[in-house]
Amino acid sequence: MTLYAFYFISFLAVLSALMVVFSRNPIHSVLYLVITFFCVACHYLLLNAQFLAAVHVIVYAGAIMVLFLYVIMLLNLNKDDESQKSNLWKAGAVITSGLLLVVFVGALRGAEAESVSFASSNNTGLVKNLGRLLFNEFLLPFEIVSILLLAAMVGAVMLGKTHMKRAKEIAHEKNGRGSVASARGIGNIKELTK
Amino acid sequence: MNENVTQAIQGVPLNYYIWLSTALFVIGVLGVLYRKNAIIIFMCIELMLNAVNVLLVAFSAYHGDGAGQVFVFFIMAVAAAEVAVGLAILIVIYHNTKTTDINVLNKLKW
Repeated sequence: MTLYAFYFISFLAVLSALMVVFSRNPIHSVLYLVITFFCVACHYLLLNAQFLAAVHVIVYAGAIMVLFLYVIMLLNLNKDDESQKSNLWKAGAVITSGLLLVVFVGALRGAEAESVSFASSNNTGLVKNLGRLLFNEFLLPFEIVSILLLAAMVGAVMLGKTHMKRAKEIAHEKNGRGSVASARGIGNIKELTK
Repeated sequence: MNENVTQAIQGVPLNYYIWLSTALFVIGVLGVLYRKNAIIIFMCIELMLNAVNVLLVAFSAYHGDGAGQVFVFFIMAVAAAEVAVGLAILIVIYHNTKTTDINVLNKLKW
């Protein structure tokens, strides 16, 4: 029963991962990636890692994918006419990843993972046990991660700021000898964006 | 209820998770090599990170050691930070070059 569930979810995950790569429209790619992430969350549930399943759905499907969708919307990439790579390049990509697959299969075929059986009375994935581990043994990395997230936030805001400044300069150059009204308008925008 | 879950999962060998993770990782590599759109390449990098996460959680669950799952938690935090900064860079690049095609971005300057 569990094995069939595993087969079904794995099949769905691999199929939608392939569709991420091969669908022309970026929006469709994002939606297929959301399906893949939900399948991965189901795998976490199968592995009795309930905390990670919840965090995975919240962070990936809830935050990261929405960010991707917003960027696609902002850049107006919602169209199919993306210029494709040449056929030679595509064949090279397929051959290279196929070779990588061969290397992985060759390296992992001899792995004696069958001897590892599922640990009995396995409750490590529950929120209580994982939280205890996180706030005792891994407290320092946990706090450092908060600094990392702060740095990422500051970096993203800084990049947005410099871009806004550049856009304003371009607008200023364009309307440099424009009417007084437009200059006043730019001044207002400057005031607003300060 | 937990006992039931633990009993039920014993039907899946650990090897199957290794193969699943390998397949997802190779698909991610294929996407990075195959596509030209920088946003799709980002998504494929996320796919590769997820493949590694699945493997870490599988090993952690099979060995009954929670450290692997804590590590996956940290990987998720780093991935979120990476996506935020990467997409901000991508937007700035788009406003400078009006494209997200990586073949245009081969000069390290604009």
